[in-house]
Amino acid sequence: MESVRKEILPGVWLTALRSDKFKTACLSVSLLTQHNRENAALNALIPFVLSRGTSRHPDMQAIVSGLDGLYGSCIEPVVRRIGEIQCIGFYASFPDGRYLPGGADVLQSVAALMGELLLYPNTKGGLLLPDYVEGEKDKLLEIIRSRVNEKRSYAMMRLLEEMCCYEDFAVPRFGLEASAEGIYYRRLTKHYRNLLLTSPVELFYCGSADFDSLETALTDALCTMPRGEIDYDIGTDIRMNAVSEQVREFTEEMPVSQGKLVMGFRLGECMEEPNLPAIYVFNAVFGGGVTSKLFMNVREKLSLCYYASSLVDTHKGLLIADSGIDADKLDAVKSEILAQLDAVRNGQVTEAELNTAKSCVVSDLRSTMDSQGALEGFYLANAIDGIDCDPNELAELANDVTLDDIVAIARSAVLDAVYFLCPDGEEDSNEHQEI
Amino acid sequence: MNIRKFDNIGETLYTDTLDNGLRVLYVRKPDFRMSYAVIAVKYGGAYRRFLVGDKWHDTPAGVAHFLEHKLFDMPDGSDALTALSENGASPNAFTSCGMTAYHFDCTESFEKNLKTLAGFVTTPYFTPDSVAKEQGIIAQEIGMFDDRPSFVVYNRLIRMLYAKHPIRDQVAGTVSSIAEITDKTLYDCYNAFYRPSNMVLCAAGSIEPERFFFLAHELLNSLPDGEIPQPDFGEMGVSAPLETYHEERMELSAPQFLIGCALDFPLSGKALQRRMIVGMLALRTLFGTSGDFYNRLYGEGLLNRDYDYEIDCTAGTATFMLGGESPDPKRVLKELCDALSEVKVKGLSPNAFERAKKASFGARLRGLEDFDNLCIALTESALSDYCSLDSFSLLSEITVGECEEFLIQNIDPDRLALSVLLPNEVTK
Repeated sequence: MESVRKEILPGVWLTALRSDKFKTACLSVSLLTQHNRENAALNALIPFVLSRGTSRHPDMQAIVSGLDGLYGSCIEPVVRRIGEIQCIGFYASFPDGRYLPGGADVLQSVAALMGELLLYPNTKGGLLLPDYVEGEKDKLLEIIRSRVNEKRSYAMMRLLEEMCCYEDFAVPRFGLEASAEGIYYRRLTKHYRNLLLTSPVELFYCGSADFDSLETALTDALCTMPRGEIDYDIGTDIRMNAVSEQVREFTEEMPVSQGKLVMGFRLGECMEEPNLPAIYVFNAVFGGGVTSKLFMNVREKLSLCYYASSLVDTHKGLLIADSGIDADKLDAVKSEILAQLDAVRNGQVTEAELNTAKSCVVSDLRSTMDSQGALEGFYLANAIDGIDCDPNELAELANDVTLDDIVAIARSAVLDAVYFLCPDGEEDSNEHQEI
Repeated sequence: MNIRKFDNIGETLYTDTLDNGLRVLYVRKPDFRMSYAVIAVKYGGAYRRFLVGDKWHDTPAGVAHFLEHKLFDMPDGSDALTALSENGASPNAFTSCGMTAYHFDCTESFEKNLKTLAGFVTTPYFTPDSVAKEQGIIAQEIGMFDDRPSFVVYNRLIRMLYAKHPIRDQVAGTVSSIAEITDKTLYDCYNAFYRPSNMVLCAAGSIEPERFFFLAHELLNSLPDGEIPQPDFGEMGVSAPLETYHEERMELSAPQFLIGCALDFPLSGKALQRRMIVGMLALRTLFGTSGDFYNRLYGEGLLNRDYDYEIDCTAGTATFMLGGESPDPKRVLKELCDALSEVKVKGLSPNAFERAKKASFGARLRGLEDFDNLCIALTESALSDYCSLDSFSLLSEITVGECEEFLIQNIDPDRLALSVLLPNEVTK
């Protein structure tokens, strides 16, 4: 796969991967900005409001009808948080002309529509339409409130809020309810104009188009973008140690049938010069998959829970372990999770465990090359972290990770906070009621 | 080995049937690093009562899913899930009402992984101890489902639409039903359903087709075939819903709803495939995100982006469902009924229909990109005697008249049921 990275307009960087193996193509645009309490909800609202209508396609129906006519092309608003950088924009996916009647080429049309969505919203007197802003604000509030619906992710979010209460990372991806409520159209318009002027912009394309025609299509679509002084001074604050000496514990009761335990660690000193492949392999050994220590011991050997796993956030330097359990097993599961981390710290990792973990990491990285969505996420994170490395290169490095490397990471990790979503005992039995 | 070329979408499908009746499908993807394989059995949560020979068997809810969990255990004490993972593969399995599937994807050692997959699926090994241990794990899994709004709203709808069909029960069973399962139950059901002519192997990868079929033959041809049990689903055909409205409360942020009705569909073959394509195209034309219905309700704040519609065909049932989040699900139902009534009078918009057709083509093309999606669709279609890759050429034949007829004949506003989940009231 041939890759090119180029600044095509001031502060607008394009990463392009050319490949004939896919039947669809993907194109994304992301405005990068600091994720914080004040602005997260404002930022998150922008792509949704822009999706409501443009100067030439005044409402959503006109936009989606146009896209359906382009053989079901999609342009979806996207809000992501990578570390403490918020990435807002659009992700488009559209069929490759080779498989369409008459070889219709939709790249140019999709790029043009994406540019129109970003730069030419439907406005009145230069302001975003109040009706659209209010409608999308209500929906954003609903997204923010809906986090309670899925208990596993809710528990994870609650842990991060408590654990990182002094950091912007505590602010959820779509922002805070209170700040979303205060948004109105004038303020949002001003914020949007400012974001266009100052945000670094990342474009990503993967598909069969050659670079020159891609660059032309994107330059045409975005050349009128107003640009001011680009704010490159954005980044993520990585805390190395726990907030207090004593591990902070939080419990919340809810009428649920299964409890959710979440344990949050700082990856610690190893984040000073993070060895990414080693962190990935460490996580695969500890709790990353079905061969990990958490799965094999907490779930399989002791039968304590339905799931027990861990994940790492290498942008923020966090390790999170979580498990779905009965409330009476809380202490047993907690100490078993810590015991498994201690095992890694003491080098109690068999050669088989290490090799399995490596092959999982290697396989995950290599299969990134087969999915446009995964590639897009990989290269966006790379652009933010300033890493120049493709998934295959990272896979090679993962193969060279040693036991010492992962022991060092386990020793560097510090438990900071524990959260437990506790069943309040009022839930009905598991039997469904008859209708 | 049969070869079918689908030039319009750039795919070639290789198929064969082993001497013992097991069907094998293969799609070659030479440019991809990833390979994927699935072995599926036409046996799922709804297959609780069945006839083998002249004897009826009644089994507790949750056996197919329990069996899926336990089949990974090997007689030497090892676990195939671990073996596949140790070899760098990502293995998984699922059980639906109508089928059980075991699959993996990998970027290395495809042949070795395929051998492990075929090995454990054809090696049942259950002990009283291992069954007892699994009961705890599955009880936790059942608890997870009960806390998941999307599952609850679906399950309550199904219970209104089907009076007797075992699709009413959760695939995983209940804590008390799985307590009845023993190692003998598992062996009996395995021996009844895991028969080659009731199974499909499907893969996508870079190895030569000849080599793949050679391996399939080596690994699976010795499996003895036998009579496939006849399931009894308690009811066939479509009847009026038991009730048309049900609401429940949960720890939620906003009301969720699902509207649906049972559909009278052919059980298998091209007739089923055509009906599904016509049905989905009709729904897209009327209820799609570029249509009047969705956009008007979105504009009024009655619908948001958490919105979807589908036709689900499983274990002899076909169900139309449309749902999402709404502050007023009853209004959505009324608007939906009005939209359906209007089709009777005015028909569907020809422009909307042509747009929906193009969009459907693109969406299906996108579906080919994902190996899991591609292989599971091929497997499901093979188990129902059609080929999912034919949908592209079928789609081009469908007329607007066919879609109108589908809506008028199949979705009767009087037979729609509405399942609603409301947020718990805040107690002070």
